[in-house]
Order: sequence, then C-alpha cells, then structure tokens
Amino acid sequence: MARAILDFEKPIFELEAKLEEMRKVSDNLDIGNEIIKIEKKVKQLKEELYKGLSRWQRVQLARHPDRPYTLDYINLMTENFVELHGDRSYKDDKAMVGGLAQLDNYKVMIIGQQKGRDTKSNLYRNFGMSNPEGYRKALRLMKLAEKFNRPVITMLDTPGAFPGIEAEERGQAEAIARNLFEMSKLRVPIIIVIIGEGASGGALGIGLGDRILMLENCWYSVISPESCSSILWRSWEYKEQAAEALKLTAPDLLQQGIIDRIVPEPLGGAHKDHKLAADNLKQVLIEELDKLVKIKPDKLFEGRIEKFGKMGVYQE
Amino acid sequence: MPWFKRSKQNISPDSQKKDLPDGMWEKCPSCNEIIHKKQLEANLWTCLKCDYHFRIGSGEYIGILLDAGTFKEMDKKMRSADPLDFEDTKKYTKRIAETIKKLGLFDAVRTGTGKINGTEIAFACMDFQFIGGSMGSVVGEKIARVIDKAYKEKIPLVIISASGGARMMEGAFSLMQLAKTSSRLARLAEAKIPYISVMTDPTTGGTTASYAMLGDVHIAEPKALIGFAGPRVIRQAVGKDLPPGFQRSEFLLDQGFVDIISHRKDLKSTISKVINLLS
Ligand SMILES: [Zn+2]
Repeated sequence: MARAILDFEKPIFELEAKLEEMRKVSDNLDIGNEIIKIEKKVKQLKEELYKGLSRWQRVQLARHPDRPYTLDYINLMTENFVELHGDRSYKDDKAMVGGLAQLDNYKVMIIGQQKGRDTKSNLYRNFGMSNPEGYRKALRLMKLAEKFNRPVITMLDTPGAFPGIEAEERGQAEAIARNLFEMSKLRVPIIIVIIGEGASGGALGIGLGDRILMLENCWYSVISPESCSSILWRSWEYKEQAAEALKLTAPDLLQQGIIDRIVPEPLGGAHKDHKLAADNLKQVLIEELDKLVKIKPDKLFEGRIEKFGKMGVYQE
Repeated sequence: MPWFKRSKQNISPDSQKKDLPDGMWEKCPSCNEIIHKKQLEANLWTCLKCDYHFRIGSGEYIGILLDAGTFKEMDKKMRSADPLDFEDTKKYTKRIAETIKKLGLFDAVRTGTGKINGTEIAFACMDFQFIGGSMGSVVGEKIARVIDKAYKEKIPLVIISASGGARMMEGAFSLMQLAKTSSRLARLAEAKIPYISVMTDPTTGGTTASYAMLGDVHIAEPKALIGFAGPRVIRQAVGKDLPPGFQRSEFLLDQGFVDIISHRKDLKSTISKVINLLS
C-alpha cells in the first residue's frame, strides 16, 4: 500500500528509508555502529517532532488516510462481531456502523462513524458524514443494548453531519437532538471514544455518555479549523490560526475538563501501528468498563446531567 | 453557523432605517411597503400588507407573550468568561464587551419566570442580535437553569429560539452546551412537565440540534428559517440551488418537524391553549 506522508513527517521518512537501505547492505559491510547511530537519531527526532506538534499538525494526523477507523478497531479489539444494519424506518446509513461484539469478558454494543479509505469506499461511506438515519440507527442499537443490559461504546470520527438537502428534509437536527436526549437516560454505561475527527454536532450526535476518552492525535470542537477560518477570517487561509484559537486537541480538552482521559497512540500516530493503537484502546476500555458496570443504572442519568452540567465557563 | 455572513443583511428593525428620513419608518424586506414604526409595533413587528415577520428580540417577545409586569429575570448579568482566550480578527473579550455596550444585553438569551394568561411559566428568549444568537457557555448555562426552574417549581417551560448555532469562540465548551441542555430536558420530560419550543427566524445549527427540537410541542413563526446546516453550506455541499421554501417553517411542518405555525399575533393564545390542554 502506498503510504500517505504528511509534510512534517518527511524528514523522518527520509531517514528511515536511508536506514532501510543501510540495513540491506550491512551484512557485507562493517557499518553496524553507523546504523545504531542513525537509529538513535531517528528515534530522537521522532520523539521531538511528535512532542512539539502544532494543533494544525494534530488535525492532519487525525485525518491521516492510513489511520485506523471504527471497523479496524472493532476487528482488532473484539471477537464475534455481528454487524447490525438500519434504523427500521428509512435506511441503513453506511457512514454509521454498529453491532454486538465480545470485548474481553464484556458483551458490548459498539457503534461508530465510519470513513472510507479510497474514493470508492469513501463514496460508499459518504466520507463518514451521517444522514439522520445514521443517528437513528445508532439510537436503535443503543436501545437494543439497553434492553439486554449491554454497555455501549461509541467511536467518533466524522468531518460533520452531512449537510445535504435530504438530510434536512429528514430532520438532521432532530435526529441529533433526540440522541442527546435519549443517551442521557440510557440505563447502561456509555463510553465515548474520539478516534479521529470530532466535528461539531455531527460527532456529538453519538457523543453523550459516562466517560469520554480521546486518542492522542485527534481533534474535537464546535467547528473545523477550515470552516472557522472561512467564517471568522472570511478566508480559507487561516486554518492554522483557527486550529490554535479553537484549542481542539486531546491535551486541550483534558485541560478544559471536557474529556476524561487521553489514550496514547504509537509514536508517530495510530496509523503507524494499528494493532498497537487498538491494544492501547482495548486496555483502557476494559479498565473503564470495570468501573462503570458497578454503577447502578438509576445513578447513570443523574451522573450524566452532572457531568455535562459542569462543562462551560462564565462569570456571574 | 453563517451568522457572520448573514449579519450584513440582518433584518432587524434597526438596520432598515438607512434610506428613510427621520428614523420613524421601516421598509418591509419582503414587499417593500413603508411602515411607520408605531404602526409596526402595534402590529407586533409584522408587515401590515404581507405579514412578513420582522426579527425582534427578547424585550419585544417578553412584551408580546407575558402578562404585563410578570417577568422576573434570572441570571441577568451572567456573561462570557472567554475560556479559550480566543482571538480571530478581534479579541473575543472585546467583541463581547462591544456587543454588551451596544445592545444593553449580557448574552444571547434572557431567562426567567412570568405569567402567560395567568399561568406561571419558566421562560427563555434568545436574541439573534447578540453575536448571531450563538450558544456558548452562558446561553447553555442559563437555558439549563431555566429548565431546572421549571423542574423544581413544576411549571411549564417555553423557550423562544433565534440562533445561528453554537458559538465558535468557545470551541468545545459551546458544543457541550447541546449535551448539557438536552440532558436537563430529558429530566424535565421524565417529570412530565410540558415544554413548548418556539422557533423564530432563524433557528439553525446547535440550537436546533438540541433544545429547539426537543419540545413536546413545536411552534414556528411563519416562514422562519429552521434547520441544521445553513443554506449556504448546503448549497456548497450539493452544488445546486435549493428548492423554494426549503428549510422554512411551512417546509418543516410538511416534513413533520413542526406542529403549529402561528402568526405572531396568535402566538400568546396558541402557547396558552397548548399549555392549558397539557397541564
Ligand atoms: Zn411586507
């Protein structure tokens, strides 16, 4: 597979390529020490680079075309996944996937926004942008989970709810609002994980729960940096500044008290090692589930009201 | 959230006076009729000729809907704290301070209690003039508190929406207000306390995707723009012109998302009737 390389990743890829070349010829030449030196340098460079990423660079990593998506995580973390389809009213939205699965000792409902990896699959998945039937499908699966007392895990990864004519005709706003209303009351634990892009109401439409986790290189905000730039700066050119101003990275959101926990990614991003990224997430999910299943169903509703009630800063 | 682009043609009574001599006349943006301000006010800021509903603010709605002298305001001076230290072409704190000074309002919603034909209600009304009626921490918190007021006092809730959506300058905090207000409404609904959502021009974005669409009964003023994405964004995304009447109140009623379209003159009696039938 041809790998997509972001601009700021280039120096590392060049060094890694050089290293690879040297390893190939190293059997015939006495350059072992040289290789060790370069390996060290690459590792150091990587650590520095990824520690000092700008917010815009994080946004780029969150959108990296090689990044694992919802179904990748499901396949890597769970067993016996049974995908379920449709909202029982209008359609099966391919931008929203979900089903029952076994996660370690837990039988869970996993729901998430799904992007495609090439043009064809992106068209099939509508670039991860749900229509109202996607949110209604998600709600249907959550209600099913509630009925059989299965915890719910949702994965957020969308550039936004689809802004189409039919989406408006079928009540995009109502579908998102309804989910927030119903998810507040759901009598089973809900864990939210932001795994890529968390764009506004389209992401939040499956984003109300008891714990909010966020992978290291994701963004989550009220608007994308590009749209923010176009509205507030009246030009598409200020996306970097907009990303800085919006403070939309995982460390930002942890500091703002909006997310509960950052899930570490492999050095360089989740796309570098899907398996490791999924293992990290799985471990955190199990830890969180262990705590959440002890909470009485009656307490979940009040807990969510309190949790989201605290979010916001104002002067009185 | 295209309030910025649209605010240039913002159709508030104040912005129409430019070519009219003594500031006492308004021109109807729909039929071009010239109407004296006193006449317009007497007609509840609707066009005498074509029924066009001018955009009005919380002050006007309080006068129109609540029994005279019954409004008791809550959290009047709550104001934004600029949690992100946000700056675009202007500092957010400066934008807020200027807007407060200009409008005499502290943020984009006013909340409190009042009476509607003798029945005590919890009441909120948004102001589109205040940064496009955008919902940040203050709007979310004030709405949450007025919902709680209805919940604790066991009185019906009425919210008048007029909003371009969530406020960009507070980033994820603004987004979380959708969750905050919706979860509070879920608790209100469990207590079987009526909530009437009134949508006025415009009600879009995060406001529509939370409390505006969660009423027991949805009332809209005629021809109000109501939707999730704004028309400009949709036009860009689909690359074609939008059908006539798209995202207007009448379209939403046809699609099944609004129960009643009420002329502003009938709004008080309509709300009152619904509340009485539910209480
Ligand atoms: Zn007119």
